[in-house]
Amino acid sequence: MRNAFADEITRLSAGDSRVVVLSGDIGNRLFNKFKATSGDRFINCGIAEANMMGMASGLAMSGFRPVVYTITPFTTTRCFEQIRVDVCYHNAPVIIVGTGSGLSYAQLGPTHHSCEDIAILRTLPGMTVFCPSDPAEMRRGLCAALKQDGPVYIRLGKKGEPTVTDKNDGFELGRANTLRSGEDVCLISTGTILPVVLAAADRLEEQGVSVRVENFHTVKPLDTDRLKDVFTQYNLIGVVEEHGRIGGLFGAISEWLVLQRPHNTRLLSFAVDDVFLHEVGTQDYARQRFGLTGDNIFNCILEAHKDR
Amino acid sequence: MSNSIVELEHISRRIRTRIVENSHNTGMPHLGSCLSCVDILTALYFEIMEIDPEHHRHGTRDRFVMSKGHGAPALYQILAMRGFFPYADLVESDHKGGGVFGEHPPTPDHLPGIEAATGSLGHGLPIATGMMLACRLDAQKNKAFVLLGDGECNEGSIWEAAMFAGAQKLENLVVIIDYNKWQATDRSHDIMALDPLPEKWRAFGWSTYEIDGNDMTQVVDALRNVPDKTGRPVAIIAHTVKGKGISFMEDDNNWHYRIPTAEEVIAAKRELKVET
Ligand SMILES: Cc1ncc(C[n+]2csc(CCOP(=O)(O)OP(=O)(O)O)c2C)c(N)n1
Ligand SMILES: [Mg+2]
Repeated sequence: MRNAFADEITRLSAGDSRVVVLSGDIGNRLFNKFKATSGDRFINCGIAEANMMGMASGLAMSGFRPVVYTITPFTTTRCFEQIRVDVCYHNAPVIIVGTGSGLSYAQLGPTHHSCEDIAILRTLPGMTVFCPSDPAEMRRGLCAALKQDGPVYIRLGKKGEPTVTDKNDGFELGRANTLRSGEDVCLISTGTILPVVLAAADRLEEQGVSVRVENFHTVKPLDTDRLKDVFTQYNLIGVVEEHGRIGGLFGAISEWLVLQRPHNTRLLSFAVDDVFLHEVGTQDYARQRFGLTGDNIFNCILEAHKDR
Repeated sequence: MSNSIVELEHISRRIRTRIVENSHNTGMPHLGSCLSCVDILTALYFEIMEIDPEHHRHGTRDRFVMSKGHGAPALYQILAMRGFFPYADLVESDHKGGGVFGEHPPTPDHLPGIEAATGSLGHGLPIATGMMLACRLDAQKNKAFVLLGDGECNEGSIWEAAMFAGAQKLENLVVIIDYNKWQATDRSHDIMALDPLPEKWRAFGWSTYEIDGNDMTQVVDALRNVPDKTGRPVAIIAHTVKGKGISFMEDDNNWHYRIPTAEEVIAAKRELKVET
């Protein structure tokens, strides 16, 4: 996904001289093509993320379209005040890109995990929070983000994510896509965990449980029309995200849900627990630690489906 | 401790050998970053610091904070060799699921000898400044040594702490800058106006020393000099070579990320001329 991002932003910058990339001393070689085609619009800002975000605001307010790129915690939590005041308060059209989101950098330890980014960025007025599930969807979202008139956060995985979305899905920021229809259960997913959700859905289908899968690539603005639709149709819904249980997609849906008329839907959350993961391991190991696996989703949904 | 310079240099070579081997075995990157600071770590842990691996939480111990947390693989080797935990723990740790030796140091609760979990650059110095403030409040004389990367000095938080410690005259606070002239993607000078580094620290109220940070005699001499008579905190600007000790890694920043092949491990060992 990270290579697709570099490729797409290079393509877009060639056609739009307002695009500038600001990087926080990461992405060795990743932006070589960009540098070759739009060299003066690649700015290595060093390891100084607060300054980088403030400068992005200044560039945006001067007519440029800055795209800020570094490892997720450093482009979100590290410079949150700059995002809040310099970017969002000024409604500056800055595109904030975090690479290695969720548990992608499990082996680097909790300083490099990011399970709070959706939660905190979602609190900011005017911010769009986009969590692409595959490289192709990231490309569609990046194009759309450049057409927005305000800040957009793009939550990238790392590399090698399989393509699961359909390029003719009529992508729109803020509008969920239905990946698969079904009668019994609805699984709602955001971000790169989507293939795991689809695998769980496959297994449920084998057991005769018919599953609808919704891809909420945008967590903010939340597609409440789609939520109304699924919450009237299903009495068992699972929300899956590679993010903390607090404040992510599950949090956003819950906030919306309690303001609706009484409902009798059972809601299950599959997310990262409220702990720092002290053990080192691969992304798969870390996902497994928190039950973010096809097996666990399958088992929990099946059980909940049985005792309806 | 009283190790001769020759003994300390021998320890450094063994540590370098282990770092390279471990990188190959676990896939942990940042070899260049680790190799540039080995001599500084060896001097601190085998000569300078008042520490006792048996009582690693003892209140009056000297503190070391690896502010450039991606140097963790070097720190793990030093701590093991100094006896904070068995070398076997490190070698046998499961990097793929359940181990404690990640690419950045875990918290002190998870590994003896670690004083702070770092990895996000620019945090170690403020934490160590707080530790020295605590020592002052407790009327204790122990010191804190903080290793910073030159790239890490891009961070505003470093200079916030520097200004504070300078004003407060935290004389037992010692910063060592691993000045290897590279950061992750470029020469540090091409990204930020770092130079003149000694003058910057002096302007913030620190005493400064400039040394060759890969020359054991100079490293030990400089570290023996603290606290200095001025009552100011001390910044040692240690000129180092990224990838030091292995000819084909020296000053080649590809080794910020690259993992050595089996053949490269053999070649490195041949140059270092010691077994692990
Ligand atoms: C806040 C923050 N931003 C970015 C990174 C990613 N990063 C890891 S190492 C590094 C370069 C560090 O350079 P330097 O401090 O000179 O250390 P060296 O590797 O040269 O010893 C960067 C940018 C990080 N770990 N923390
Ligand atoms: Mg450096």
